Amino acid sequence: MGGMTIAEKILATHAGKEEVKPGEIVLAKVDFMFGNDVTTPLAIKTFRKIGVEKVFDPERIAIVLDHFTPNKDIKAAEQCKFSREFAREQGIKWFFEGGNVGVEHCLLPELGLVLPGELIIGADSHTCTYGALGAFATGVGSTDLAVAMATGEAWFRVPETIKFVYEGDLQPWVTSKDLILYTIGDIGVNGALYKVMEFSGEVIEKLSVEQRMTMTNMAIEAGAKTGIIEPDKKTIEYVKGRAKREYKIYKSDEDAKYYKVIEYDVSKIEPQVAFPHLPENTVPISKAAKMNIKIDQVVIGSCTNGRLEDLRMAAEVLEGQKVAPWVRLIILPCSPTVYFKAMKEGLLEIFLEAGAVIGPPTCGPCLGGHMGILASGERAVSTTNRNFVGRMGHPKSEVYLASPYVAAASAILGRIASPEEVVK
Amino acid sequence: MKARGRAWKYGDNIDTDVIIPARYLNTSDPKELAQHVLEDLDPEFRYKMKPGDIIVAGENFGCGSSREHAPLAIKAAGVSAVIAKSFARIFYRNAINIGLPILEAPEAVERIETGDEIEIDFSTGEIRNLTKGEVYHANPFPEFIMEIIKAGGLVEWAKRRLAK
Repeated sequence: MGGMTIAEKILATHAGKEEVKPGEIVLAKVDFMFGNDVTTPLAIKTFRKIGVEKVFDPERIAIVLDHFTPNKDIKAAEQCKFSREFAREQGIKWFFEGGNVGVEHCLLPELGLVLPGELIIGADSHTCTYGALGAFATGVGSTDLAVAMATGEAWFRVPETIKFVYEGDLQPWVTSKDLILYTIGDIGVNGALYKVMEFSGEVIEKLSVEQRMTMTNMAIEAGAKTGIIEPDKKTIEYVKGRAKREYKIYKSDEDAKYYKVIEYDVSKIEPQVAFPHLPENTVPISKAAKMNIKIDQVVIGSCTNGRLEDLRMAAEVLEGQKVAPWVRLIILPCSPTVYFKAMKEGLLEIFLEAGAVIGPPTCGPCLGGHMGILASGERAVSTTNRNFVGRMGHPKSEVYLASPYVAAASAILGRIASPEEVVK
Repeated sequence: MKARGRAWKYGDNIDTDVIIPARYLNTSDPKELAQHVLEDLDPEFRYKMKPGDIIVAGENFGCGSSREHAPLAIKAAGVSAVIAKSFARIFYRNAINIGLPILEAPEAVERIETGDEIEIDFSTGEIRNLTKGEVYHANPFPEFIMEIIKAGGLVEWAKRRLAK
């Protein structure tokens, strides 16, 4: 038996096998699954067609009403009502809305509902975020969720793994967002199609768990099935006191087979900006800042960059500064806990003094839902994950993806800017 | 099973946001979704296409969001199949799961142009370009995927599994 990667080990265990090989299709037991207000209603309708009365285990399912909430219109409210009634009927233990809801991929790790070594599916493409904890987590559609709610299982094609190794010293203002944007810029939006992106190296070891989540979150933007990072002391420290279930640590074998190994010397990487309309259109900040790209809006938040550390980065740049008069700066802490801590730390004060709008924890403008929709011809710098045509509003609007540092600096100068221009 | 219709050709990386924009995701009614299919890519598509027509696209079709509303909108609009060089993986499984026929056929995509009359035989994976008089072959599906397709989608497949 040859060595296996962490992803292969998790899939093998959950499929009840000694080993699995890339290309093989397995049926596997899922530890945890969830949907949101967009994907759950469709899953419920499909669940009804299967002909089972009850979900396989109400403690292993979450419903997170985070996309169009607080309800943006009557139809969205009806979708939430439909999901709420199902949750009550089925006794779904992990149901989130109102004061306890956060952006799903911030909320579920925070609550210890997704854990190392687990197999997790979510009816949301950014489910890959939990790979930062050493889980195999992947986005699926509503039908997959419906069938898994009925059977506790899902089918998986065992993916090949590409190993990314990051070495060297990070330059000032360079964050994990810049590393993942740079990587997507290098390999392209289908550079890891159907594959696992395993992030490793001394740079990844030094990143906090929150920063690691920013990287695994965007694996889908390179077409990957998931991103994954081997758990270490930091991971164990993070899940300690949160974990709602027992978990197991898996690591890749020394002789594991990789589809490819890609190495980066991070000392050569600058903060990155992904230009419209693909996350692969990355431009280093030294160049982007010289292009005098005037902006109308800045969004700081989302499952990519709405955590406490992200807000701290934004505050570091915004402290004592004012947002340009023509810019709307919208900050969305990604969970109630993040919101509360940001308040305690005085971050919200810094934001309000700078002229920001602080919104509730919601996906909101990231997917063009609500709370910051762009008009035709408008441009936004955003810490979110996608800049597709029409993603934040009008099909003729533009989204530039960047880190909280670059987003905050851009809000102050009213154009795409480097934090170096603001913080002396 | 066969399909026949005119081809509508688009490029690489057609994402689910342009297939069905999020502003219409406050419903999951397939008929309503179909009214906005490909709206931010080709606003005229839903008026000029006829039931049975075929979408032809490049690499990574359906990338981005996991919204099953995307293949649902395409299916409900009456599109009989999507042929692409490659599919984004969530779109791929969603299409298989809900029974929207998809084919990976790089050569077909290279040759087919918008307006070509296309006939597909799903049992053999043969794609006939009746306008050009050419024949292409789609990549075969793995056995397990064929099982789901033959069952008519994942729900029917799951029913059978649960009945065992």
